[in-house]
Amino acid sequence: MAETKDHINFVLNDEAISLSDFPSGLTLLDYIRLNKSLKGTKEGCAEGDCGACTVLVGRHTDDGISYETVNSCIRFMGSLNACHIVTVEHLKGKDGELHPVQQAMVNQHGSQCGFCTPGFVMSLYALWMTTPNPTNMQIERALQGNLCRCTGYEPIIKAAIEVSNSADPVHDKLNTERANMIKQLSAMRNDQRIEIRHNDDLVIIPKDVMDLTHARAEYPNSTIVAGSTDVGLWVTKHMHDISPTIFINHLSELHQIDVQTDGVQIGACVSYTDMQSIISKHFPQMEAFWNRIGGEQVRNMGTVGGNIANGSPIGDTPPALIALGATVTLTSKNGQRTLPLKDFFIEYGKQDRAEGDFVESVYIPFIESDELFAVYKISKRRDEDISALCCAIKMNIENDVMSNVSIAFGGMAGTPMHAVKTEELLEGKSWTLDSIRNAKAGIDLDFSPLTDWRSSKEYRAIAAKNLLERFYIEMTDGLSASQLDREAICEAAE
Amino acid sequence: MSNATNIQGGVHQTQKHDSAHKHVSGQAEYIDDINEPSGLLHAYLGLSEIANGKITSMDFSAVEAEDDVIGVLTAADIKGENDISPTGKKDDPVFAENIDFHGQPIFAVVAKTRDAARRAAKLAKIEYETASHITDIADAIAQDYPLVTEPLTLQRGDAPKALEAAENRINGQMRIGGQDHFYLEGHIAMAIPGEDDDVLVYSSTQHPSEVQHMVGHVLDIPSHAITVNVRRMGGGFGGKETQSNLFAAVAALAAKKYNQAVKIRPDRDDDMIATGKRHDFLVDYDVGFEKDGKITALDATFAARCGNSADLSGPVTDRALFHADNCYYFPDVTLKSKPYKTNTVSNTAFRGFGGPQGMLGGERVIEEIAYALGKDPLEIRKANFYGETSRNITPYHQEINDNIIGQIVEQLETSSDYQARRKAIIEFNKNKGIIRKGIALTPVKFGISFTATWYNQAGALVHIYNDGSIHLNHGGTEMGQGLNTKVAQVLADEFQVDLSRIKITATNTGKVPNTSATAASSGSDLNGMAAANAAHQIKERLIKFARETHNVSEDEIAFISNYVQIGNKKISFDEFIHSAYMARVQLSAAGFYKTPDIHWDREAGKGRPFYYFAYGASVSEVSIDTLTGEYQIDRADILHDVGKSLNPAIDIGQIEGGFVQGMGWLTTEELWWDDAGRLRTHAPSTYKIPLASDRPRIFNVSLADWSENREMTIRRSKAVGEPPFMLANSVLEALSMAVASERDYEICPRLDAPATPERVLLAVEKLKGG
Repeated sequence: MAETKDHINFVLNDEAISLSDFPSGLTLLDYIRLNKSLKGTKEGCAEGDCGACTVLVGRHTDDGISYETVNSCIRFMGSLNACHIVTVEHLKGKDGELHPVQQAMVNQHGSQCGFCTPGFVMSLYALWMTTPNPTNMQIERALQGNLCRCTGYEPIIKAAIEVSNSADPVHDKLNTERANMIKQLSAMRNDQRIEIRHNDDLVIIPKDVMDLTHARAEYPNSTIVAGSTDVGLWVTKHMHDISPTIFINHLSELHQIDVQTDGVQIGACVSYTDMQSIISKHFPQMEAFWNRIGGEQVRNMGTVGGNIANGSPIGDTPPALIALGATVTLTSKNGQRTLPLKDFFIEYGKQDRAEGDFVESVYIPFIESDELFAVYKISKRRDEDISALCCAIKMNIENDVMSNVSIAFGGMAGTPMHAVKTEELLEGKSWTLDSIRNAKAGIDLDFSPLTDWRSSKEYRAIAAKNLLERFYIEMTDGLSASQLDREAICEAAE
Repeated sequence: MSNATNIQGGVHQTQKHDSAHKHVSGQAEYIDDINEPSGLLHAYLGLSEIANGKITSMDFSAVEAEDDVIGVLTAADIKGENDISPTGKKDDPVFAENIDFHGQPIFAVVAKTRDAARRAAKLAKIEYETASHITDIADAIAQDYPLVTEPLTLQRGDAPKALEAAENRINGQMRIGGQDHFYLEGHIAMAIPGEDDDVLVYSSTQHPSEVQHMVGHVLDIPSHAITVNVRRMGGGFGGKETQSNLFAAVAALAAKKYNQAVKIRPDRDDDMIATGKRHDFLVDYDVGFEKDGKITALDATFAARCGNSADLSGPVTDRALFHADNCYYFPDVTLKSKPYKTNTVSNTAFRGFGGPQGMLGGERVIEEIAYALGKDPLEIRKANFYGETSRNITPYHQEINDNIIGQIVEQLETSSDYQARRKAIIEFNKNKGIIRKGIALTPVKFGISFTATWYNQAGALVHIYNDGSIHLNHGGTEMGQGLNTKVAQVLADEFQVDLSRIKITATNTGKVPNTSATAASSGSDLNGMAAANAAHQIKERLIKFARETHNVSEDEIAFISNYVQIGNKKISFDEFIHSAYMARVQLSAAGFYKTPDIHWDREAGKGRPFYYFAYGASVSEVSIDTLTGEYQIDRADILHDVGKSLNPAIDIGQIEGGFVQGMGWLTTEELWWDDAGRLRTHAPSTYKIPLASDRPRIFNVSLADWSENREMTIRRSKAVGEPPFMLANSVLEALSMAVASERDYEICPRLDAPATPERVLLAVEKLKGG
């Protein structure tokens, strides 16, 4: 066994910190509020859904530092080695003056009770730094992970617009001190395994993927944490013991995006945000859907690998990935194996994963130019909601006949899965609305959905059938006639 | 006297929230942010795991075996009464012995850390004898479940007879869902024990005096031993009017038992599970009307899901009846409330306090008539508006003498281009595409005053220190609504000094006693007047002092922009105050106010419960997707009456925020109980309040700047907290119109609330099928 380190290093605002002897479940929020007495960041829900705890995490990337909003309530300290954590307290100017983002919020009356406000300030701050002149849609997207119960959001949107006109991020502290920070963080990157013990609790931060396979072999019951948007809740909501915990989101090998001729291979730790440009370029049909996965903070933290590995019956990405014929590569000390994603999900709560396995990468085939593809998410609230059902459809149309029909649903059964009977009813049929309507019967053969708080089984069945129709109409009549178009309204309003 | 305008921050000026700079920088202190006293302990509640039944045994050995656990509190630890019912019905225990709902508090664990207390609470072994339970109103009606409090009947004329005689008659039923407050800061209390019986309680509450009273009641100590302090809440919305009592009582109990400071803060899930919400309603209506749409008679029953105890269900269901008429005159009318018990958490106050549900039921009646007659619902509304001098008696026999709804609707109809847009939408829908649109204009008339007449009183405490700085304290609480800012503006105006000279201080029962809840939109009406009264007292003394020392008459003395004019001398305010101090003038006063002219006889169902009415109207335009039921709010236009605004920016904030919150109630916010009686929507992951992307993309909000309160309210302003919530009614009705397009508006879709995508789709499907 190589030598290990017993602490992590990171920068909190202006302070370089070395931290040892902490439990794997220690959240960033509890650390900054309880240990560091930085009380500006608030706990609203402890599940990453309200954004009151939003802070920035600057992580070292190949291009320097990427500052992203995260929900500190579900972010574990074990994932923050070599990171720069920025809380609302850091925005204060030299003479105590408000930051331009804060001043814009004051000017626009963007706070009422003020409890959500530091979180909004941090989300607006991140937006302003990356997108100095945002559109309404971009502002809304940046705020998908922040709830406000008082203002109705209008003044907050106006604050986002005001600051984009009033101040230039070039002069911001995070930009002027970026080079120094890169140096500081580089020195903190671990070239050896970090193991932190706290009583019986164990945090493992492997050196590289090879070390990860060893750690998995040593601790087969360990919990792997990438983005922690799911595992975070095991701790904060269910008080589960996750130790021994292996943190993997710093492993650069797992952040690789490899664009190949026929598809793209993505590492397990690639976040939704990291995927954004690939989606825009190679899967434009998925772009609108991608923007509705979680909120901005969750997209910054959450990973496609984790979304697959956690085996949710709904899943944001699995229905689309299954319909596209994606494969998943599992790795352990004994080697690698690759299997179709559809076969990975065995039943509710059970995946095809052997002891010591971890999800290393996912391969997604490109959509061929002659293939039609669409993905739909139906939820009670448009954004930042878990789908009641999710549907992805892919097919070829040749001489007005449907072929290679691939349809997958989430939320309709114990796992995301193909609608096999429905596919059969469509395969080889003529590309007409009648054929589509006839195939609706397949949904009842494929699925017996459940009733829960997200929707009734009746609704799930009707909506699932109607989505088949939506696909046809959209492909034949075009989007504008068949879909709600918030973007058009946003543009009209600008 | 208060005409000078060159001070910074007087009345009728836009001013930022007094804490805005602290909100944005994270420096605004909420209770969980207060520096913790040494040795602070933490309490955490243990909740029942059945919906109805009895506890047969409780075993805390595993809890107590945990390292950091100090002890467990149960009903047996309560020296006073195990009761925190706000209306004295003794039906709401701190710790339950008989279980009435899933998630009812049974015990509390006290430990050295919150995490330890929270984890240990899960280790208790509670055994139960389970009885059958009811969570739904319809089941409560069917099984004749008891009422939690006395129902109310409002009656004028002879509705049954008039219905018999009616030219047209429709009856129907509407379901209206409840709503969780989802204040961003959850409940919290911290109690610090002192000498004798003393205990200082920091509580996130809208009603410090009631917390004081309840803590006394539970600990069996007099009110004078208890001091409750509230600097600010992270949102309240009614959810912290009575629901804070539980947490304050537990913190105080533990603090006295262990003689250590104790803090209690439930997690979001427990907060949502164990504290009350907006009442769900089931409304049955029977309406008679003429062919022009004029209502001749209405008989309606408002059954409410009240939960396990009365709490505020009496006044909430009363207020539902008071608002069923909204802006409409019902010639013959009977309205009845049915406050049903259910095995769910006791429902409570929530912005509008039953008014929204009453009003929404009334609006459904209007829709029914409109669809039956094939007319624009707006036409039916106008036909039924209260008159200004006749047809102006409410079902509770109050004469309306400040009716401006006609003028508001007329102005909004024009400014929003309602008629042309409605025409265009009807044209658009003719194509029977997948996307359909709807538009609706709905009015609001909301009665201002507590219907519990004695609540309409307030106190304030104003000190001027001898350096001329001013300390302001009053009985209202700040939950984000800007009350402190408004009251400080009133004081600045009274003394004609800059707002920056006035220090806003935490609400404290030791400073102003016997306060009313900051509720019923009354905060600035009551406390603004009380502060003005305190200022008048001090000014009277100052004027007497100036008269005597400078030998001038009263009309030669004036307070003008940080100066005092005495004869031809102009003295700075500071200097003047200092000289008054040296002359031993009392520079402190306790102000008081009670609303005049109101009275209410509940037995008779008659009186003048409301001092005045606030009015408003909105137009909403929506699009729905008829394949999935998904929708978006394309545009909203609002014109709202706040009288002569004390602070336009803060008032606009209340209107926009109220509208979006109301929109959430009517669209995506759904409470869902499973068969075991468990609430399953108890966190933001499952309970969906509106996001920035749900707000109306085009959102035009204006104040009716020509309006002035006809009553002598503070600077002729009107209350603004609750009324705008009901402006969102137009969203539901616009959705309804979009659905109705499926059958060319011939059938009223009877779209219930919340109109989730599921309800919209099922309503469309029903019209397709029918």
